[in-house]
Amino acid sequence: MADTHAHTSKADVRGASGPAVTMEGVNKWYAEFHALKDINLSVDRGERIVICGPSGSGKSTLIRCINQLEMIQKGRIVVDDHDLTAGGKNVDIVRQETGMVFQSFNLFPHMTVLENCTLAPMKVRGISKAEAEATAMQFLERVRIPEQAEKYPAQLSGGQQQRVAIARALCMNPKIMLFDEPTSALDPEMVKEVLDTMIDLANEGMTMLCVTHEMGFARQVADRVIFMDRGEIVEVGAPEDFFNNPQHERTRNFLGQIS
Amino acid sequence: MIRPFGWNEFLIIVMAAQWTIALSAIAFAGGGIGGLLIALARVSEVRPLRLAALGFIRVFQGTPLLMQLFLVFFGMNIFGLAINPWIAATMALTLHASAFLGEIWRGCIEAVPSGQREAATALGLKYYNRMRYIVLPQAARIAVAPTVGFLVQLVKGTSLAAIIGFTELTRQGQIINNATFSPFMVFGTVAAIYFILCWPLSLLARRMELKFSRATQR
Repeated sequence: MADTHAHTSKADVRGASGPAVTMEGVNKWYAEFHALKDINLSVDRGERIVICGPSGSGKSTLIRCINQLEMIQKGRIVVDDHDLTAGGKNVDIVRQETGMVFQSFNLFPHMTVLENCTLAPMKVRGISKAEAEATAMQFLERVRIPEQAEKYPAQLSGGQQQRVAIARALCMNPKIMLFDEPTSALDPEMVKEVLDTMIDLANEGMTMLCVTHEMGFARQVADRVIFMDRGEIVEVGAPEDFFNNPQHERTRNFLGQIS
Repeated sequence: MIRPFGWNEFLIIVMAAQWTIALSAIAFAGGGIGGLLIALARVSEVRPLRLAALGFIRVFQGTPLLMQLFLVFFGMNIFGLAINPWIAATMALTLHASAFLGEIWRGCIEAVPSGQREAATALGLKYYNRMRYIVLPQAARIAVAPTVGFLVQLVKGTSLAAIIGFTELTRQGQIINNATFSPFMVFGTVAAIYFILCWPLSLLARRMELKFSRATQR
């Protein structure tokens, strides 16, 4: 994938023109609960965004709308020039172009690591088993666990499982990677191996949206940090401004609590 | 014309077990297909489909199997079809099994964590592939034990087909009893054969349940 682009600029493009993700006036309700309030956000290709905020602030909901795991009731979302609001085929295309990593890994427990990585490329992209396995081994090597390919998820540590989940998503050759609190379910000693994998990915120019409370990670790789509270985007800024000089009271309170 | 209950009569009853087995097998196979459709409809995102499946299940769970047999048997006549105990019995038992297996399997499908479906969706897998490769294989592991348990109920349930004139184990017992008038011997034999059919299935169900609970503990 990104070998040739490894150190190119953030404007790394694969044949498309607009921003990677555009959200315009996005609103979402769960029954009476207003989960997302008038979200406007544009993410450039190759940009790394970190989203933080207290629990229930809507940050997970926000990134889950990008691949339509959640439906929105109002507004417009365009991913890689495909308008999700138009529905139909666009949703399928966007899901194929975005990879997602979950807090609870969500590996398929009845399949080996290798099978986890090859299923979607074979069934969705229609590529051959041999080719899918070759690609999968390549990505398993990149996340540094090729030797676990024949094991089942339950035989791996949490950190290893999450790295498999990252490899599984990468096997679909996505243009955008979504991370939903990828290290929150991990024991502390395993957080680093997953973050290192994500940093590698960021250095290769992948467009990334990460919901995380790992502020060290945010400082190191984020182009912009977004703070959300009660369904709103409260503050957006480059990491140095965001952490050293937060503009909003709510942001300051939050940063005070987590550091 | 009363004849004694002898070796011949015993063999005739044993032979009738093949019809009990055949009826059970057909109802189980048909109920397997129907049950899968009902279960999928019950967990569908389409509300009318969900409600229709729920209605079907409620009707069959809320009425006696004997009434279901009667309704199909006599209903066929009303719709101008010739009365045929074979067709009526297999149809009624298939519908019955579809409803019960549908409800059992719905629970098993819902027991698969929602994150599994989400991960599959996020990878771009569509409904058919999600169900076929991710959800159903995991649901099937949970389903084995209760499904075998229901099969035992079904085998015993086929005895009711005797009442609409289907000559399986129970009906054959009644016929032999009418000729020999040794009800204790006759129905003792019939009961013993049901037991021999069902007991291994019960054992199997228990073993699978144990195996599954151990598998989920690790």
